[in-house]
Amino acid sequence: MSIDYLRIIASLNEGEFLLGVKFEHVTKAYPGHKPAVNELSLEVQTGELLVLIGPSGCGKTTSLRMINRLEEPTSGTIYVDGRDVCSYDPIELRRGIGYAIQQTGLLPHMTIEQNIELVPRLLKWDKKRRHERTRELLSLVDMDYDTFASRYPRQLSGGQQQRIGVLRALATDPPVILMDEPFGALDPISRESLQTELKRLQSRLRKTIVFVTHDIDEAMRLGDRIAILQDGQLHQIGTPQELVQAPRDEFVAKFMGRLFNFPKIQTSVDLIGQFMQEDTSHVHQECSEHGKIVKIDHLPLWCWIDRNGVLRGVSSQPPTGADQWDRNDWTDPKLAAVKDTDASEVVLKRLIEGEAEALPVIGEGEQFIGVVTQRSALKALSNVEMENDE
Amino acid sequence: MISFSDIAMLTWQHLYLSLLGTVIGSIIGFLLAVWIRRQPRLAGVLIGFAEVIQTIPGMALLAFLLLVFGLGDTTLVVGLALYAILPVLQNTYEGLEGVDPAYREVGKGMGMTRGEIFRQIEVPLAFPVILAGLRVSLVTAIGVATIGVFVGSGGLGSLIYRGLQIIDMPTMMAGAIPVALLAIVLEIALTLLERKLSKVTASR
Ligand SMILES: Nc1ncnc2c1ncn2[C@@H]1O[C@H](COP(=O)(O)OP(=O)(O)OP(=O)(O)O)[C@@H](O)[C@H]1O
Ligand SMILES: [Mg+2]
Repeated sequence: MSIDYLRIIASLNEGEFLLGVKFEHVTKAYPGHKPAVNELSLEVQTGELLVLIGPSGCGKTTSLRMINRLEEPTSGTIYVDGRDVCSYDPIELRRGIGYAIQQTGLLPHMTIEQNIELVPRLLKWDKKRRHERTRELLSLVDMDYDTFASRYPRQLSGGQQQRIGVLRALATDPPVILMDEPFGALDPISRESLQTELKRLQSRLRKTIVFVTHDIDEAMRLGDRIAILQDGQLHQIGTPQELVQAPRDEFVAKFMGRLFNFPKIQTSVDLIGQFMQEDTSHVHQECSEHGKIVKIDHLPLWCWIDRNGVLRGVSSQPPTGADQWDRNDWTDPKLAAVKDTDASEVVLKRLIEGEAEALPVIGEGEQFIGVVTQRSALKALSNVEMENDE
Repeated sequence: MISFSDIAMLTWQHLYLSLLGTVIGSIIGFLLAVWIRRQPRLAGVLIGFAEVIQTIPGMALLAFLLLVFGLGDTTLVVGLALYAILPVLQNTYEGLEGVDPAYREVGKGMGMTRGEIFRQIEVPLAFPVILAGLRVSLVTAIGVATIGVFVGSGGLGSLIYRGLQIIDMPTMMAGAIPVALLAIVLEIALTLLERKLSKVTASR
């Protein structure tokens, strides 16, 4: 997909849809089967991460594959960057769209570097540029170039392979990226840390991403909006919050599962303490004068705790340099933390609506007690729900 | 008495003729395999035909070729090439067909053309299997080349033949031992290479 700048400027003026994806009455029927995708209309806005979710066989993969023309719709039109995908040369279209696949899709006979460079090589980038890009990408996910670049995929752990799968989709810095259950085959812990990584990358890169999953937790964590598909049709689309608060029907409600039960159980969880994540933090840095900095595992969250255990500051960036103990670089805990006496719905609201995935919890005298995360809150809620059921 | 340099020269000649025949046959086999993948209906017919050639005893095949190409190296090399076609054709065909379609799909999704998928994905992944075909062809060729002497070609066969005629053990062995060694060494070397490569292409 060559990006035509004149067109971009023109479309900016018209306020038109730009480098996003749009489905218009798209149907895909394999001969002799009922339609895999049926009259699907939806719009993925520029810079948005849209999650496609639904039961197995509901047409998620098929919808995704029609975007880069690995499948052709039976009827209807798909637009990428406001242009009918059928008007692109399929080869160029695919080279211009990032694509990450379930089971990583890494080629076993190519090294990690060669795998990442696949599309840049097709686009005839020169060696130096490719090399620099690979280094840069590996550093994005904290993988050392000298250690990993020359290994073969089978010499990497599952989580590392999936990281490379995602990096390969990012290699040419494409504006549109398709991801089909990229973390599907992972254990919950690596999965969570990859989700966090993707979220961190996305908050910086602002790509248009269509992300397929059938894990509602993943959808809630990552999606700006979530589209629920059923039998090839769009069942409901909305922000995670909209789906939780106003599920269209029983199907969506069931799908949102535990989340849907917020209002009912609010009263039974009144202590934030129950929401807290079990301790998964480690000391990042220590100083006899100022106290210590604690990093919360798997999350972009650093807490500065002084020698009396009082939370002095919160940061979403790793504190570095000599002035790291300077108060101005830290967010005031009064803003960034919650109190253990806060009402649970307030905390939940901040977790869901705010930018933060995790909030430090302070007790009496602003003592640091722990952290609540979206996940730990969910866990606590589901436990409460089960207890209620019994 | 046969000098060491004679043996060395004949060994070299033997290897050269075998390699030449194998390479020509392998190229034909490879191209045929690529071609019949697009004509699946022809696959059975063509592989069957190559199998027929394979069953013709070496002496008989060379006799037929002698009618066309006369005495000399050409007849031998053509014969060796004919023998080399089948193993390479069959292995290339099976190797390429055996590539996990998921990898082809990955290439397609990344925006590779058919040619790029073929060169960068299918052939490298099928290579250990193709190499196995090449190994069979080459080792067969070393064997068949010993009867090249009957069609006026060279190689170590001439020593064995001469030794047989005058019932001279040392002359016979001077031909037989290098030929046997040549076949064994090539077999082992190519098998090792194959193993090494298939370790790389194995997905996990
Ligand atoms: N090539 C094909 N031929 C016939 N039917 C197909 C083909 N590909 C997909 N289907 C059917 O289309 C429907 C949708 O398939 P799709 O792969 O899009 O589902 P999905 O939502 O991605 O499911 P999953 O969560 O299991 O990956 C399924 O019923 C499937 O059987
Ligand atoms: Mg799928």
